[in-house]
Formats: sequence, structure tokens, C-alpha cells
Amino acid sequence: MAVVKTNNATSALPRFLTPLLLLFIFTLGALILAITTGSVHISNQELWQVLSGGGEPLHRTLVFELRLPRALSAFAAGGLLAVAGALMQVLLRNPLADPYVLGLSGGAAVGALIAMLSGLSATVVSGSAFIGAMISAVTVFGLAHGTGSWTPTRLLLTGVVIASGWGAAITFMLAVSPSDQLPGMLYWLMGDLAYARSPWMALTVLAIISVVMLPLGRSLNVLARGQMQAAALGVSVRPLEWTIYICASLLTAFAVTTAGSIGFVGLIVPHMLRLVLGNDQRLILPAAALAGGALLTLADTLARTVIAPEQLPAGVITALIGVPSFLYLLHRSR
Amino acid sequence: MLSATDLVIDIPERKSGTPLCFDVKSGEIWGILGPNGAGKTTLLHTLAGLKKPRSGKVNLNNSDIQQLRRKHVAQQLAVVFQNNGEGFPATVLETAMIGRHPFISPWDIETADDLAIARSALQKLELSNLEQRLVSTLSGGERQRLAIATALCQSPKLWLADEPSNHLDLKHQVQIMALLAEQADSGCGIILCLHDLNLAAHWCDKILLLYPNGDACWGDADTMLTVTALERLYDQELSMISSEGQTYFMPVSSRNSRRD
Repeated sequence: MAVVKTNNATSALPRFLTPLLLLFIFTLGALILAITTGSVHISNQELWQVLSGGGEPLHRTLVFELRLPRALSAFAAGGLLAVAGALMQVLLRNPLADPYVLGLSGGAAVGALIAMLSGLSATVVSGSAFIGAMISAVTVFGLAHGTGSWTPTRLLLTGVVIASGWGAAITFMLAVSPSDQLPGMLYWLMGDLAYARSPWMALTVLAIISVVMLPLGRSLNVLARGQMQAAALGVSVRPLEWTIYICASLLTAFAVTTAGSIGFVGLIVPHMLRLVLGNDQRLILPAAALAGGALLTLADTLARTVIAPEQLPAGVITALIGVPSFLYLLHRSR
Repeated sequence: MLSATDLVIDIPERKSGTPLCFDVKSGEIWGILGPNGAGKTTLLHTLAGLKKPRSGKVNLNNSDIQQLRRKHVAQQLAVVFQNNGEGFPATVLETAMIGRHPFISPWDIETADDLAIARSALQKLELSNLEQRLVSTLSGGERQRLAIATALCQSPKLWLADEPSNHLDLKHQVQIMALLAEQADSGCGIILCLHDLNLAAHWCDKILLLYPNGDACWGDADTMLTVTALERLYDQELSMISSEGQTYFMPVSSRNSRRD
């Protein structure tokens, strides 16, 4: 009997393209679902009319001013977090690493909460969150660099300690905040897309960093084998690690700025993809951008429909979907 | 091919050391011997350019290895490390394949040729049937062979191997040493850190003895491997046995010295 050798790939390209194409279709489906579902249902036919320039004015407003920006923001934030998580896991060679492990979300949260307490506008809250995230990233990096050598363990420990420091600051602020401000603050902390308006910045960052990472994919595979081995195979380890760190920090900062600190996407999506697609970072990184984006788009759609007209924070839904499906995949894996 | 000029390796808390001056030529197998903590691994990493020397220079084909681009070095020189457990999940084939990394430009992907090289390296080390297994599920000896297969994929001119016979059963020890000897015969230079004196005596052309205080001496294997020198090196009484033209060293322990 003839055995068909599927792995006889003369090049790796087809092996990459099929899953990416499937994920792309899945993403499109998620976006269409997000745009058509809600208090006013829009049928596919009506959506087509709206997109081709016609349709009812109400539908046009709903699609272009509310649902599309929100869906794209969710996609961008999810994609950013999943790619950042995948990068952090390789950088620290630790499967438990996620975009927040180095305290970035804590810094962002402190920034956002201070702005909220001062009664500043949503734009300022976002800006303040971004500044907080970057302050945290620079602090962790500077401290971990220290005087000695820069090892993943040291970076991780510094990050974890800084993160718990931010955690204390957040608890303190919540404790002293006036009660009418608490719901908004809690929603921000759990991750919420209700205030996300302009997705373009986040989408641009996602696109740029994905392109930057493209030629580095194979070097990441080598780095995943350990620093010494990577150096012996011709990788300039230190510059590569700096690039990963800076990219992952920027990705996380933009994600947190867009959607608050959404949990689980950055930790679980890269793992799910590795369980299904293997360990090649050249496939995992673009796949993480698509899958993370699609997952958060779906989660946000659910978040604003399950108990409509009330809305849930999307972060709650990502955890509720993410945890069981991840556990299932992990249980099934070798 | 690879030469050390007045090389002093950088070991913290060691004040000085004999400056090393030697030249590893094509076709030679060098064995570095020394007790635990003498600095064999540090020396190997320094020779590979992965660690800066305290003073002196390592030259790869007459250029200072610290000045060369890492990628250029990796195209000539492969390192087999002692611990291969570290790292993210990857399959055996993927791990062997990263040996081709120095030869592929950033925008390219592996070609069918690279895959063929990786497959033949795995076959040579009897790992073909484990191709799709995760490295974390391999035994110590299988991992060691995989590390050597990865280096083989690099098609290096120079091999620097840290205890390549670690974890290997007798058959695979012989197989690996024969493979390295074959590489030497085809023109490679080979440097090994070894603990097994008998492997050193059997396979090495040149020996470098590294003492814990930083002293070192080096030369042809048959002049270096004497009982007096080795006893001083390991601070351990040895006996030498000759059989069928080969020399064997045995540690003398209180148990088999009961004869007197």
C-alpha cells in the first residue's frame, strides 16, 4: 500500500499557508459575526449593502461608527496580546510567561486608574495607561540588567516582583476610590472594549511588528533552544533578546491601552497553537495574531450580547472560553 | 585552523594560569583532560568564541574569533554542549534542522537539501525513527546523539565537543568517537573535553592537561598520557595496563589494592 508522505515538504511554505488561510477565514467569520450581532440584527445581505455604499442610514451608523471600530479594536488587542505572549514565552523560555508577567499590565493599570481618579477623559486614560506600561517595561529591564548578567530567570523574577508592587498600588487605589468610580475602574482592570474607538493605531502596530518579526522567526526557533546554543549557531543573542523585549512591550502597551488588561489571551492562545501547529515560531507568530484577534472579537461580541442591554467585560469571557478549551487541548496532547 | 595565542581563560577567583599557545590543525583530534572545575568547559567556550578570554587571543583561520561575526563563525565551527535539556518543546527533526541556521538567510526557509542533510545526520546517529518525537521525551543518551546530529548538520570544519560520550552506552560511545575520527580524517579539526582516559588514549592525537590551579601542558598523546602526569592531574593513584598494543588506565581504589 502506498503511504502518502505528508511531511515530505520540499519547502516549509505550504505547511505554513494552510493553517494561516484557515485562521484568516475564521477571523473574517468572527468579524462578520461581531458586526451583524447586537441589539439590531443586520443580515448578511444588509451588511453587503452597507459595505458596498448603500443600505439604511441606521445600519450605516451601526456598522461604521460602532460595531466595526469596536470589532477591529478587539481584533487588534487580541492579536497584540497573543503575539506578545508568544514572544515572552520564547524570550524567557518559560511556558508560564504571558504579556503581563513582567508587570506591564500593572503599570498600565496604575496609569489608567490615576487618570480615572483625576476625572480625565478616555483619551487621557489610554495615554496614561500607555505611559504606565512603558515605565514598567523600562524599570524591569533596567533593574534586571543590573550589574551582573542578564538571564531569563533574573528578568522573570524582577518582573514578577514589580508586578506585585503594582498590584498593591492598584488595591490601594481601589480601596480609597469613591464608590461611584469603582465599576468603571473594575471594568478597565478586567479588560473592556466599550471605550475602544479607534483601532487604527493598534492595528498598525500589530502589522509593523509582525513584519519585523518575519525574518527573525527562525532565529527565535534557535533561541528557544537556549542562549548558548543560539550563540553557537550564529545568532546575535543579546540584540535579538532586546528586539523581542522591546517589541513585546510595545505590543502589550498598545493592547492594554486599547482594551484594558484582558487576561488569558496572551497566555493561552500561543499554547493552543503550539499544541495544534507545532513549535515553529514562523508559523506561531502570525497564527497568534489571527487567532488571538479572532478569539477576542468573539469574546467581545458575546460580552455585549449575553446579558444585553448590560455588557460584561470581555476579559471575563476570554477566561470563560479560554480556560476549558485550553484544558481540553492540554489533556488531549501527548 | 584554530589557534590559541597566550590565551588565559577567565575563571573568577583564579589568579593566573599558564598562557596557552597551541594550534589545532586539520585532521587532528585534541583531548582536554582535567578534574572537575579545572575549567575544561570554560576553555572550550572560550575557544568557540562564546566567552571572552581574560587575556590572549583565539584565532579562527588567522582572524580573532571575538571580532568575527557569529554567523560566520557558526558556518565553520560547531559546539556540542554538555547540557542539552534546556529549551522550549521541539521535535527531534526540528532540533537537528536548526544546525542549518547559519547557512540560511533571514528571508529564506529551509530547502529540500537542508531537510535531506538533517535526515541523513539523524540516520547516522540512529535517530531516524524518533524524528517526530519531542526532545523532552528522549533519554539522556538519545539527547546526546541528537546534539551531535545537530552539529553534524552544521557541516563544520571544527568540532568543539564537551564530553561527547556523556550518557552513551558502550556501542554508541564507540560509534560517536568513530564518527568524530571520520570527520577528522576528512579534514576537520576536533577538540573534545573528556573524562574517560581510555577514550582519550585510544582516539586523541594531542592532549591538553588542565590543572585546577590554572597550570596546563599539552603535546602528543603518547608523551602526555603517563601515569605520573595523570596521577598529579587527578590527585588519584592510577595503574596502567597494556593489552594488544593499547594502553588502559585504571584508578586504584582501596578495594582492588587489598592484594598487598
